[in-house]
Amino acid sequence: MPVLSRAEVFLDAWYDLRDIGNAVGELQQQIIDWGAPDWVPYVVASLIGVVSILLWTILSVLAFIWIERRVVGLMQNRIGPNRVGAAGLLQPVADALKLLFKEAITTTNADRWLFWIAPIAIFIPTIVVFAVIPFGEEMLLADLNVGVLFLIAIASINTMAVFMAGWSSNNKYALLGSMRTIAMLISYEIIQVLALLGAVLFVGSMQLTAIVQWQLDYDVWLIALQPVAVVAYIISGAVEMNRSPMDIAEAESEIVAGYHTEYGGIKFGFFYQAEYLAGFAITAVIVTLYMGGYTLFGLEQWIPGWLIFLGKLYTTFFIFIWFRGTLPRLRIDQLMAFAWKFLLPIVLVNVVLVGGEMLLWQEADLSSQVAIPLFVAVNLAYAVAAVAGWAVMLGHAAPERTAHRAILTREVGSIHFGEAAPNV
Amino acid sequence: MEDTGTVLAFWLLTIVTIGSALGVAFVRNLIHAVVFLVVSFMGVAGLYITLSADFVAVAQILIYAGAISVLMVFAIVLTPQDERKNAEGFLRLPALALAMLVAATLIFVAVDNGWAIADRPGFEETASLIGESLLDKYVLPFEIASVLLLVAMLGAIVLVRPEGAEDDE
Amino acid sequence: MSVDLEHYLIVGAILFALGMYVALAKRNFVSVLMGIELMFNAVNLTFVSFSRFVESDSPLDGHVFVIFVITVAAAEAAVALGLAVLLYRVHGTISVDEMDALKG
Repeated sequence: MPVLSRAEVFLDAWYDLRDIGNAVGELQQQIIDWGAPDWVPYVVASLIGVVSILLWTILSVLAFIWIERRVVGLMQNRIGPNRVGAAGLLQPVADALKLLFKEAITTTNADRWLFWIAPIAIFIPTIVVFAVIPFGEEMLLADLNVGVLFLIAIASINTMAVFMAGWSSNNKYALLGSMRTIAMLISYEIIQVLALLGAVLFVGSMQLTAIVQWQLDYDVWLIALQPVAVVAYIISGAVEMNRSPMDIAEAESEIVAGYHTEYGGIKFGFFYQAEYLAGFAITAVIVTLYMGGYTLFGLEQWIPGWLIFLGKLYTTFFIFIWFRGTLPRLRIDQLMAFAWKFLLPIVLVNVVLVGGEMLLWQEADLSSQVAIPLFVAVNLAYAVAAVAGWAVMLGHAAPERTAHRAILTREVGSIHFGEAAPNV
Repeated sequence: MEDTGTVLAFWLLTIVTIGSALGVAFVRNLIHAVVFLVVSFMGVAGLYITLSADFVAVAQILIYAGAISVLMVFAIVLTPQDERKNAEGFLRLPALALAMLVAATLIFVAVDNGWAIADRPGFEETASLIGESLLDKYVLPFEIASVLLLVAMLGAIVLVRPEGAEDDE
Repeated sequence: MSVDLEHYLIVGAILFALGMYVALAKRNFVSVLMGIELMFNAVNLTFVSFSRFVESDSPLDGHVFVIFVITVAAAEAAVALGLAVLLYRVHGTISVDEMDALKG
C-alpha cells in the first residue's frame, strides 16, 4: 500500500470535514456498525437535515431583516435602523421579540379554524421547497427525480393558503387583496414553468443534482444559455414573493395590507417570515438551476460547496433588494397584461427555440466546444430581438421623450420651465 | 411492499385521505369542505409516492391542489350565500344506500379476485418513460387532450362573459 | 405487516363510494362537483396501483391514463364552474333541487 503524502492525507480529512453531508454519511455508517435496524440511519440523517435547514432559514431571515433595511436605506439616502444595538444589529431580534409578545388577535366573526391554519399553511410550502435543493455535494434532503416539477407544485399550494388567509379574515379588503394575489400568482406560475422548462430541456433531466452536474461537466452556467428564461423567472419570482415592485396586493397605501390585514403578533410573524423564505427559495432555485449551484468551475474541492452556494444565494438576493429600493410599484392590470401579453409568448418561443437547439446538437453531432458558444450567441440574440421586437409590436417601444405641458397650465397661460413664453 | 417506512406511510396517508373525504361529505361549511378536499388531494398524492409514481404525484399536487381547488373556491365565492351550508338534498338516504352498496361490491371484487401480481420492485424513474409513451404510443390522445383543454378554456370564458359584452367580438 | 394491491384497491373503493355519496346527495352544485373530483381521485389511485403491482408488458400505461384523467378533470372543472356561475345568474339559485325545468 503506497504511503500517502501529507497533502493527500490532509485532503482526505478535509474532504470528510468540509461537507456536512459527508460527516452525516460517516455517522450513518457508524450507526449501521452499531447494529441498529436499517431505518435508524435514515431517520437520523433526515432529522439532522431538517433541523439544519430550519436553523439556517431562521438565521438567514433574521440577518436579512437588518441587511435589507440598511441597504434599502442606503439606496433611499437615509440611514436605516441604527438604534437597537451597535449600528442597529439587534433590530431583527427586537422585531422578533415584538412579534412574539404582541397579542395575536382573532377578529370576532372570523372563521376561527381557517384563521389559525392560514399562517401555517403559507409557511409550510415555502420551507418544503428547501428539501430538494442541493446545498452541497451530499447535502440534499430528498434527491427527487422530478425535482423541478416538485418546486413548481409546492409553490402552487400557496394560492390556496392565500385564499384561506383572505377569506377567514371576514374583511372585504382582505378578500379583495387575496383574490388579486391569487390572480397574480396563477398567471406567473405558467411563466415560471416555461422558464424552468428551458433549463430542463438542456440538461435532459428534472433532477436538481443532475442539472448542477451538467453545468459542472460542460463548464458553463445555464444563465449564459438562457438569458430570457432567467429574467422571466426573476420577474415571476418577485411576483411570487409579493415583493416590490409587485406588492400591489399588500401595499399599505393601496389596500391596507391585503390578505394579512387582520393578522397580528406571531401570526403576522409567520407571514413576514414566509415572504423572506419564499425569496430565499426562489433565489436558491435560480442559483441551483442557472448559476451552477454549489459548484464554481472546480473550486468546490477546496472551498466547501455550501459556502459557495450561500455566497451566490446572498449575492443574487441582493438583486431583489435592489428591485425594492429602485422600482416603482406596478398596478395590477399592468402586471397581468405584462404576464399574459408580453412574457408568455416570449418564454413559449424560447422553449421551442431550445428544443430546436437540442435537436440540432444531437442530429448534427456537434461537439460541445462548438455547440455551447453557438447556443449562447443565438439565445442572447433571441433575447434582445424578442424583448425589443415584441415591445415594438405591442406598441410599448418608444417612450415619450418630449415633455408635454400640462393642459391646465396651457389653458391658464403660465410659462413652463424651459419653454419660450407663448404669444398670447 | 414490506418495509416499515412504506407501511407506516401508507396507513397514515390512508387515514388522512379517508378522514378528509369524510370531512368533505359531512362538514357543515362549504369552504371547510373545500379545504378538506385539498387535504384529500394531498393524501392521494402521498399514496402515489408510496406506489413510486413520482411524476403523477407531483402532477396531482400541481393541478388538483393548486389549480382545481382555486377554481372551486372562486365558484363558491361567486355564488349565493344561503347555499353554503353543504346541506344534503332529498336523495340522501338512497345515495347513502347506493354508496355503501358500491363500496361493498368493489371491495368484494378487489379482495376475492386473483390478481396477476408482478414480482418487480418500484419504478426507478417514471417521468422520461411517460414522456416517451405520450409521444410514441399515445400521441393521438395527447393532441386531442390539448385541443380539449383549449376548447374548455374558451368555453368557460364564453360562458361567464358579462351581459352586454356580445358586441365585443 | 405488508401493503399489497388489495389495500390500495380497498382505499380506492372507499374513496369512490364517499365521492358517489357526495355527488348524489348534496344540494349545492359545487358540492356535487367536489364529489365528482373525489371519484376521479379514487379511479386514478386504482389505475396507479394496478400499474405498480400487476404484470404487464407496458406497466406505465396506468400512469399515462392517469395523466389524461387529470387533464380532462381540469377541463371539466373549469367548464362546470363556469356553468355554476351562469346558473346562478339565470336562476338566482345554485341548488340542484331547484333545477327541474325538464320535469313533467
